[in-house]
This record gives sequence, C-alpha cells and structure tokens, in this order.
Amino acid sequence: MDLKPLFEPRTMAVFGVSSSNHRHPANEIFTKNLLRYPVKVYGVNPRGGTVNGQSIHRSISEIPETIDLAVIAVRADFVPDVLSECIRAKARSATIISGGFAEAGRRDLQDRIVAIAREASFPFVGPNCLGIYVPSHVDTFFLPGERMVKPTVGNVSFVSQSGGILVDHLIKFAGEGVGLAKAVSIGNKALLSELDLLDYLAQDPATRVIAFYIEGFGPNEGRAFVQNAAKCGKPVIVLKSGKSAGGSRAVSSHTASLAGDYASFSAALSQYGIVEAANELEMISFCESLSAYAKPIKGRVGIVTVSGGHGAMAIDACTAHGIAVPALPEDVREALRKNLSPSVREIASLANPIDLTGSGIDDDFVATAETLFAMEEIDCVLALLLPYIPGITADLGAKLSSVATRCGKPLIAYVPHVEKYAMLIEGFELNGAPVSPSIEGAVLMVEALRRNRP
Amino acid sequence: MIKSNPDILRIIEEARGNGWVLEAAAKKIFSLAEFAVPRFALARTAEEARRFAAEIGYPVVAKVVSPRILHKSDVGGVAVGIGNDGRLAEVFEHFRGLDGFQGVLVEEMLSGVELILGAKIDVQFGPMILLGMGGTGVEIYKDVALRMAPLTEKDARAMIEGLKAHRLLEGYRGAAPVDRGRLTETIRAFSSLVMELEDRIESIDINPLLCSADRCVVADARIILRG
Repeated sequence: MDLKPLFEPRTMAVFGVSSSNHRHPANEIFTKNLLRYPVKVYGVNPRGGTVNGQSIHRSISEIPETIDLAVIAVRADFVPDVLSECIRAKARSATIISGGFAEAGRRDLQDRIVAIAREASFPFVGPNCLGIYVPSHVDTFFLPGERMVKPTVGNVSFVSQSGGILVDHLIKFAGEGVGLAKAVSIGNKALLSELDLLDYLAQDPATRVIAFYIEGFGPNEGRAFVQNAAKCGKPVIVLKSGKSAGGSRAVSSHTASLAGDYASFSAALSQYGIVEAANELEMISFCESLSAYAKPIKGRVGIVTVSGGHGAMAIDACTAHGIAVPALPEDVREALRKNLSPSVREIASLANPIDLTGSGIDDDFVATAETLFAMEEIDCVLALLLPYIPGITADLGAKLSSVATRCGKPLIAYVPHVEKYAMLIEGFELNGAPVSPSIEGAVLMVEALRRNRP
Repeated sequence: MIKSNPDILRIIEEARGNGWVLEAAAKKIFSLAEFAVPRFALARTAEEARRFAAEIGYPVVAKVVSPRILHKSDVGGVAVGIGNDGRLAEVFEHFRGLDGFQGVLVEEMLSGVELILGAKIDVQFGPMILLGMGGTGVEIYKDVALRMAPLTEKDARAMIEGLKAHRLLEGYRGAAPVDRGRLTETIRAFSSLVMELEDRIESIDINPLLCSADRCVVADARIILRG
C-alpha cells in the first residue's frame, strides 16, 4: 500500500461537512485546509448545500478529479458505504476520524471497514483518530487553527495512538524548539499500525527521528516493530503507557511473572537499540537531542558552567544515568588556564565540571569548549549557562554552537527558559545545538545520544 | 534438534491434558535436547526410593511428584540434603500426604550458583528468554535480564553481564568462577529449543539451573503448555 497520498495529498475530499452545523468537525477540517493549506479541498455530503461559499458535492463521484486523501467524519454506521464509494471513485487513501468502532464495542463494524480496504489495497488511518498533520501541507485535525500551537518545521515525526497526547507533544515541541516533520494520530489503528508508519517514515527524506506514543502492539507486531526499527537507520523513540496493566494477572511460572507485558516490551526495545522514554520530559528531551545529533556517543561528557551548584547537580544526574565525566589531565588543565581571561584564570576550577565562576565571560566558555572538544576522552559537551552572570552575552549561544560544529561533536546547553533569554537560546537552537530548560533535561539529552544505536 | 527428536514432542503431547509437564518428564525433555540433568529416578514406593539412593549415594534430594502441585517448595514438597535411609523414609511418608501424590523424585545432590533460565511466549514480542539469579527468592530479588529470542552469543553474554549479581558468577570471595562458556552455550541451546517449541508452550522455568566451575545442570524444570 502506498501511504504517500496520506501525507502529500494534492486533492482532498472531506466527508460529513454540514451546510447548517458549522461546528461539525468535518467543517473545521474543510475550512482550515481550504484557507490555509496548498491542497485542493472538496466538501461531500449527500444533502448538498454550501460551506464557506463553496458548494458541497453530493457524492465523491461528482468531484471532477481524483482524490488523494478522503477525510471521513460521518457517523460510524455510514463509514463502510463511504469507504466503498471512495474506492469506486479511485481515491488513493483515507483518514477515518469517526469514532464508534472497536473502542465503543463495535468490533464488527471495524472488521468490515478493514475487510473493504484490504480487498482493494486501500490505505486508511484510524478510525477514531485525529489523522494527519504535515506543517504547511495538510491538516486533518478537527481542532480550530487558532487553538493549535504549532512547532516549527523540522525533522521529527510523531506517531501516536492517542490524539490528545499527540497534540500536547506538538505544544511541547513548539515550546522547546523541536521541529516537526509529520504528525499522525492512528487511533484504533484498524488497518495501518505503528509498524506501517515506521516503515513509511523510515523511507521519508523529511524525517530524521521517529517518535511513537504506544499503548500496546497487536499479536506479534512488537517483534516486527523492533526488528524493523533496528534496521531503519534512524533513531526511534518510544513512550509507552499502560505499563502496569495485566500486572495483577495470576501467572503460573516465575518467568511469566518476571517477564510481564511491560518488562518484555522494555527489554525488546532496548535489545534493538530503540530509545524508550520513561515519561514526557524524557520524550521531549530525546526528540530534541536526537533531531540535532543522529550519531551515537559512548557517553563521556565535559561540563562547563559558572556555578559550582549546577556542576554538582549535573554530575549527580550523569552518575544516575551511567554517563562518565572524565577528569582533565594536568597538562590539559594548565594549557586551558593560560587561555582563560586574567580575572578567571586564578579562581576557576578546572576539574570536570569546569567552573569558570561568576567572573566568567564568553571567551572563557569558548576556550573551555575548544579544550573539551579536543579531548579524545570526551565525546559531548554540556554547557550550563546562567544568563544573569554579567560576563555572559546573548551571543554566547551562536558562538559555542559554531565551536561544536567546527569540532564535529555534540554540544548540549542548559538555559532557563524565559522570554528574556530567548535570543541566547535561539543562538544555540538555530545553529543546531539543543537547549534544555533543566539540568536533568540536558543530561537526558546526552543519555539519548548514548542509548541511540541506529 | 527437536525436529529429529519425536520423543520430545511425544512427552509434550502426553502432558497436554494436564496443562503442564511435570518435573521428571521436563527433565527427560532437557536430557533428550542434550542439556545436563542430575541423575534421578521416580520412586513409587519408599523401597524404590531407598534403592535408588543407595545406587547414587547420599546425600540426595527428594521432590514430590503431583500433577496438582505446580510450586513444590510452596507446599513443603522439596527436601534437600537427605543423608540416610531413615530420613528418606520420613520424607517419603510426609510427601505421601500431599495433594495428588504420585511418587517421589529422588536425585543426586549438586552444588553451584542457583540461576533461573526461563522462557515466555509474549503476545506482542513472541519468545522471550529470561536469565536471573534463581532459587525460591527469584521473585523477591528480581535480578533478571530479559531478551527476545533467538539469542546470539553476544546476547547471551550481555544477559549474564547484565545481572546485578554477576560478580557472584566470577568467583566471588574465593569461590571458583562459574564456567562462563558453558553457561553461554546453555543459554543459546535453550533459546534454540524455545524457538522450536514456540507453538506448543506458554512458559518454561528452569529453576534452579545449577552452575559451577565445570557444569550447568537443569536441577528443576517446569514447562507450562499453551492452552
């Protein structure tokens, strides 16, 4: 099945638009695509009428061109007929937004639409989902445009069983500067599941990182998923919920009890180098970090800061994650000391973490980063920045990022996320270095690079 | 291995009515698949038990045989370190009172580090192999490594090294180290066996797998069949 029409439709038909009820989800989808996306959109409803000044077609067969993507938001009972109509009209794919299938006890209805689609090799996403959002291309979410918070265009694609979790992550992506390639809410995943989307996104040139929110796989699907993910050559991140489900089930063997559903899930993921995010903070940190750096590291960091406390917190977080913080050899320290500004030279602590103290200035950070990047024992630099220190300027983000780019090793920064420091943060992010709003988050970004094995 | 060994499949089919393979039959399966098992005999009478003990020499281990008892230790159905005929007769008499008693398994007493080697057919991921510190406290310590089968040699080694207590296998405080090569081989062979029995089983516990400087022995095993 070709999934491309789902993500790159040129023509789109929205089923269920209403000429009287403007709050109907189908109307929202129709309107936003009509006004804001470069896709040719047609409304369909057997009752006809007009919406947004456009006439509503009574059937897909009345539309003068072939439809790439049918968005179906009609009552569940009508979906099988609409789907058959789409197939007859040679439409190329569909997103079924409607609920009222397996999740509402109507497994039979769901099985029917799957059978119809399978027979015709017709791909559809859903039912019971938000569908697809590709920035500047297509948006089948029935959420009013002004309510959505949209991340910038980037290289992370996100596939989610839950629409709400997906939209929330888009908000967080926007807040943390994580760029989005494609977002898919797969709902009941009756036909297309995580595995199909993994295979598609693995081939998608716009996607460099593939993130999933998964509640559970179908029978034996997890096995194929981890094997394909390991082969796909892109970092794959998974956030799982329902970890305790089934934990209380009586089991007859020790192995069955110790290797419960979640234990097996987690073990299989890590065996195949898939990065499991324990929670949302990890998910966002991992996405941001892996979208910037796809190359795995061993996890040996050099830490530079102007505060002993920040250094100590970072060390604790690194230790907890099994990340090494190698000491600087004496000769390296002496060479670095000579390159520091006179007021810092005498008081800086040049162990690792390197504490430039409150007298530190931009040039001291640059000199230290160059020293750390040059060390073979170090494969990543963590810069913990306190922008309220007088010697630090808003240019430091761009300056340090360019050192990292030149040296070819990852740089990760911590900067408190408030409007006032936005220029410093952008200086990092626009130049390819991820920035976390917490020390723990910054260390998680290192952890993601260490765990990643594409 | 199994494909050329119809005996294994026959033992499994015979146990199907019961839902699981009793210890003696399970050990027979492992022995047919070329795993090391202790010398053992199934005694229906105290006299048979005594005769076999005399043959292999004391001390021996005795375990109750009952299709109604899945976890023998939980009901006092395991006695270790039996040193003489009198004690063996006492144990036999006690076991006779347990639910569904069919006989007593008498076997040689071996020593070594107690590991658990297990398998489970997971709905989402298929056959999974578990290695952990074994014995009766296995679900308390939960010191286990878990991987999707089939396992490579590298997987097997990583599982051993992934155990928190793996230093106990390296000759901790003067003890002789466990034969790492043999343990790796046992894990690999187990993974192959599980791949072949995938459609027939639900889970397997080898607990304990007794590992010492020169052997890895399946000291107890339970195979739960797919319903």
